[in-house]
Amino acid sequence: MSTKQLFDGEDRKILKTGYTREHPIFVVGLGICSALAVSNKVENAIAMGVGVTFVLIATAVIISSLRSLIPQRARIITYMIAIASFVIIVQKFLDAFTPAISEALGPYVALIITNCIIMGRAEAFYVTRSVRHSVIDAVGNGIGYSYTLIAIAAIREVLGFGTLLGFQVTPDGWEKWVVMSMAPGAFFLLGTAIWISRAITERSSGEEEGE
Amino acid sequence: MAHLLTLFIAAILTHNIALTYLLGMCPFVSLSRTRKTAFGMSVAVIFVVTLTAAINWPIYHLILVPTHSELIYYIVFIIVIAATVQLVEMIMERFFPPLQSAFGIFLPLITVNCTVLAVSVFMVLREYSFAATVMFAFGSAVGWMVAIMIVAAINERLALVGNVPKGLRGTAIIMIIAGIIALAFLGFGGMVDVK
Repeated sequence: MSTKQLFDGEDRKILKTGYTREHPIFVVGLGICSALAVSNKVENAIAMGVGVTFVLIATAVIISSLRSLIPQRARIITYMIAIASFVIIVQKFLDAFTPAISEALGPYVALIITNCIIMGRAEAFYVTRSVRHSVIDAVGNGIGYSYTLIAIAAIREVLGFGTLLGFQVTPDGWEKWVVMSMAPGAFFLLGTAIWISRAITERSSGEEEGE
Repeated sequence: MAHLLTLFIAAILTHNIALTYLLGMCPFVSLSRTRKTAFGMSVAVIFVVTLTAAINWPIYHLILVPTHSELIYYIVFIIVIAATVQLVEMIMERFFPPLQSAFGIFLPLITVNCTVLAVSVFMVLREYSFAATVMFAFGSAVGWMVAIMIVAAINERLALVGNVPKGLRGTAIIMIIAGIIALAFLGFGGMVDVK
């Protein structure tokens, strides 16, 4: 690999697969818990997206730089300890700077640990690839995850609360779709979003999706 | 005792961990194609969730709190969960081989099932007593089972009809089914009032 160019073709390809061909939520079907649970308000979605992206990048750096030292049998537990440590950092950061969001996210910050995106990428990519490619992959997946979360949250917040990022955007007589701010709305919207994305990409044979 | 019972019922119906808190969704989506796999996973979940919550409670309250090291409880919990799953697998392999061949494949998947960690984190956030923790953990896991079994049964029926639009098959239709079931479960709201 030449080091002349700062950001070569392969880097770009790795970055792009993260939010297109191997989109974590739509195509691979990972990280669905948090995509459903914290997408009721845009500010929560942004906090979660940033948190997950940070943990992804940090995990990518540490796992890929230690990849020759991690014993094969103990690799899962190694990922977990690394991920859990970074999640604690995210939790403490949110507690200190945005206590309201931290309160709203509650246990879902801790659940970044079991967010299958990070575990899945660590196992599939970071443990075998260079630090540079791993970080690019982490950024790509982080973007894919964040924009989906924020897009779903934007729809749910407008319909369910009549606001966007806390500002009222709907007219005064607007009847709030309370169900959109609750669990069923999350299921319906994410289901529809996955349907649309599959219909567009025509990767919808059903058998080839990840377990 | 009455309090424990309401906690149990709340964890199954009004505060269902899958349909209200949207937890454990990855295995929920991938294993709810048939009732058989859904049942296998659910039994493993009930066992592991209850066991790990019962182990994590004394570790948190007797070790982490007195030594003022609550900060690292995520790491401790996740290690306990991973170790418990490994241990259960080894015990099963040694003493109950038929059980191992039936549920064995579901066990490694449990470590990344967020239900397990979530129950332990809820236990800390809501300051449950030991008895309440065990009851809540058991109820949550049973609630997860109820949810995934309903969705799997509907999904099986749907496969017989077979005219689901192409893009909707798989993950998307399971989301829609789960949404309708979640809507139905909203009807239980207010039945028991407990957090």
